Amino acid sequence: MISQRISSKLLLIGAVFLAAAVLAVIIAPKAITNAQGDPTDWQTIAEQRGLTEADMRAAAMTYTPSGMLDEYVMFASGGHSGQMFVIGMPSMRLLRTIAVFTPEPWQGYGYGAGEEVLAGGDINGRQVRWADTHHPALSETGGDYDGQWVFINDKANGRIAVIDLRDFETKQIVNNPLFLNDHGGTFVTPNTEYIIEGGQYAQPLGTDFAPLSDYESAYRGMITFWKFDREAGRIDKSQSFAMELPPYWQDLCDAGKLVSEGWVFCNSINTELATGGIEAGNPPFEAGVSRNTTDFLHVINLNAAIEVYKAGNTVEVAGMQVIPLSAAIENNLLFFTPEPRSPHGVDIAPGGDFIVVSGKLDPHVTVYSFQKIMDTIAAGGFETDQYGVPILNYERVLEAQVEVGLGPLHTQFGPDGYAYTSLFLDSAVARWSIGAEGYRPQDGWSLISKIPVQYNVGHIATAEGDTVSPDGNLLVSLNKWSVDRFMSTGPLLPQNFQLIDISQEGNNLQLLYDMPFTGGEPHYAQIIKADKLNAWDVYPEVGWNPLTQSVDPNAVLQGDEGVTRDGNNVTVKMTAIRSHFTPEHIDIQAGDHVTWTITNVERARDATHGFSIPYYGISLSIEPGESITFEFDATEPGVFSYYCLEFCSALHLEMMGYLTIQPQ
Amino acid sequence: MVTQSMSQTNTLSEHTRSEKIAPRLFKWLPSALMLVAAILLVASIAFPYWGLVLEAPQYPGGLQMRVFVNYMTGDDDPRLDEVREIDGLNHYIGMKSLYEAAAFERSIAIPGVIFMVVSLGVVAFLRRRWLWVLSLTVVVFPFVFLGDLAYWMNNYGQNLDPYAPLSSAIAPFTPPIIGEGVIGQFRTVAYVDTGWYLAVGAAVLVAISLLIRLRISIADSRES
Repeated sequence: MISQRISSKLLLIGAVFLAAAVLAVIIAPKAITNAQGDPTDWQTIAEQRGLTEADMRAAAMTYTPSGMLDEYVMFASGGHSGQMFVIGMPSMRLLRTIAVFTPEPWQGYGYGAGEEVLAGGDINGRQVRWADTHHPALSETGGDYDGQWVFINDKANGRIAVIDLRDFETKQIVNNPLFLNDHGGTFVTPNTEYIIEGGQYAQPLGTDFAPLSDYESAYRGMITFWKFDREAGRIDKSQSFAMELPPYWQDLCDAGKLVSEGWVFCNSINTELATGGIEAGNPPFEAGVSRNTTDFLHVINLNAAIEVYKAGNTVEVAGMQVIPLSAAIENNLLFFTPEPRSPHGVDIAPGGDFIVVSGKLDPHVTVYSFQKIMDTIAAGGFETDQYGVPILNYERVLEAQVEVGLGPLHTQFGPDGYAYTSLFLDSAVARWSIGAEGYRPQDGWSLISKIPVQYNVGHIATAEGDTVSPDGNLLVSLNKWSVDRFMSTGPLLPQNFQLIDISQEGNNLQLLYDMPFTGGEPHYAQIIKADKLNAWDVYPEVGWNPLTQSVDPNAVLQGDEGVTRDGNNVTVKMTAIRSHFTPEHIDIQAGDHVTWTITNVERARDATHGFSIPYYGISLSIEPGESITFEFDATEPGVFSYYCLEFCSALHLEMMGYLTIQPQ
Repeated sequence: MVTQSMSQTNTLSEHTRSEKIAPRLFKWLPSALMLVAAILLVASIAFPYWGLVLEAPQYPGGLQMRVFVNYMTGDDDPRLDEVREIDGLNHYIGMKSLYEAAAFERSIAIPGVIFMVVSLGVVAFLRRRWLWVLSLTVVVFPFVFLGDLAYWMNNYGQNLDPYAPLSSAIAPFTPPIIGEGVIGQFRTVAYVDTGWYLAVGAAVLVAISLLIRLRISIADSRES
């Protein structure tokens, strides 16, 4: 009886367990598997790859499936590649390389075409075909990006380039005859009337010689205001001018906006007038330049300077109109105020009312009030530096200091009163609050949060973060070092662009994505809302000359092709359309000078044809509608097969022709 | 049953009434319909009669050709001239240029429409024996248009240049004037469009007018 009861109890327990097991099997989450039995559902994949919930959130914020377009576009300098790079965000996909100072064969830049633009960068008659691009500046209207132009400087040689954002091509390179380097450029005034280019390493103006022993008297700094003619799409050198500055190594600049429009601010790093000479037992530059506890923030009255320039109160140096330092002082164009030593960023807050400076050897950001600067200038009674430049009292112009961390460099802004400052030594980005009315008075002037970055951040960029109306949302940390972030590809490592989500308030910054950047040290970048860009799908009309942005009178239409000769001058008129060049035979003589025009008569988007001639170094990119004319001397006889460099169609290989050059 | 008989009564009484009104209404209705038809014909000039969409992987959104009564065009963006693009692609299979097709028909299209509109006016207001034959052009016009289109499609599809790059891969063919076809990697969809429907509308109105007039003249001849 008892045993019977026990056994029935066991049976019952067993049945319950069995039922539970069956239920467990039914309701247990099942991995969906493919034919090989590998798990394919995303949770399992994420788990197996060790991805956290934060990683999956980052993926959801950045993954951009085929055909989805980016919300923002970043224009990044390409450092000593001499180019500019266009990157979509949040996908961090490289969308385009823009050839600027350096020849680039894919775009056919500097291999038969684009030579005229590159020649604008020749220095004293010498070809200089590389650059160290630093600071891109998108054109602005009312202090906001308008998506029409972008400019960039060449620190290594003191040059400026103009890029048209209708076709993303470089239209002009201007060499600054005063200086062989620059750093305080490019920055634009709020309506792109002027492009600012400040020099860096002092030298005699006009690139003349003077011994270093004459540093104090013969070496100078400078700032140049290039007049931009929007209608012509070119810098107008005849309307541009410069200002002579003390040899303090002006570093970065920014144009005032809104309340401070018409003023320009630059910092400087060598008020010590150090001249180095480690080999002679002198303090090396790294020590000599950092000795003083403060350097000078330059406050420049641009509107007044324009008046002085227009009044002819200038001297001509190497063909450039320069306002002498004495005239700048006399006309109250230039003021100094102390700033923490070795500063590296001067950034104007969105309202134009505060100027943020970071001394890279001081753990603070130092904030100046534009209103206080104006009041102090109006009050008068200044001390002066050794060159006679008035110095505004630091205490009287200072608004606030925020301790953000070690090695603060550059500051960008959000729409919500937050500012972001890169911390080189901490290898981090700090979020801090602007404690003033109109920003974040509720938080005061205080550090809010920090996020580590990998590694050694230089500039940072937030979406439209240096305009009068920042978007915020995303921040890119332009890191100099990547160390262990990517698989090793040898001792030369890429830089690391790190995408950071800054859309949440408070202590909530999330790293989203690392993009290896192999263009060269990027320096600065600007991020524009993608819908502000309005690039052409194809050139507006067949026969388009991208340099004049109009139909070229020499353009060749179908039916007008041919080869004509006038003495030793041969003119080739050619069309390109899938999948043939017309004509396909060009028979000329050694010793001929050839002027060759090719018009791509295609209208289809992406139907670009390349063109190459071996030996003669010709590589062209002829985009739909574009017409290109190049010239060369047919010095070497032989048979030269020219062909289309772009895989344009199924019969692309057949898109070729023979250039035969008979011996004389 | 009751309803039916009632309605029959109604119809009968209406019929009796209409017989009185009929002469006046029936006299003017055909003329009015012809004028409406004339308006439809004029309006049809502004709309495409026929369209063709070519779909292929490398042309997201497809290539579009719209045929108006007197010209062809591509999609709305004139910079991306899609008829030109189709024409360019056609050279691979050795098809003649689309711009040369139906040149005569396109040249007489507008004068032809004007002729038809004037004819309708004449037929509407001038009652001469046999003059109504002029308005038959309107009745047959949309079908002549399609017939001519079919002729040219066949002419183009069958007369491919034997020395074209893809002549060995694409045999001569007759593209459908309505519906789907396949040429190489392209799927083609052909369809009649607004302009053609307006022309058909005009044709139907003219046909109705002529029938009404026929009935009136039969009735007149009976009475007399």
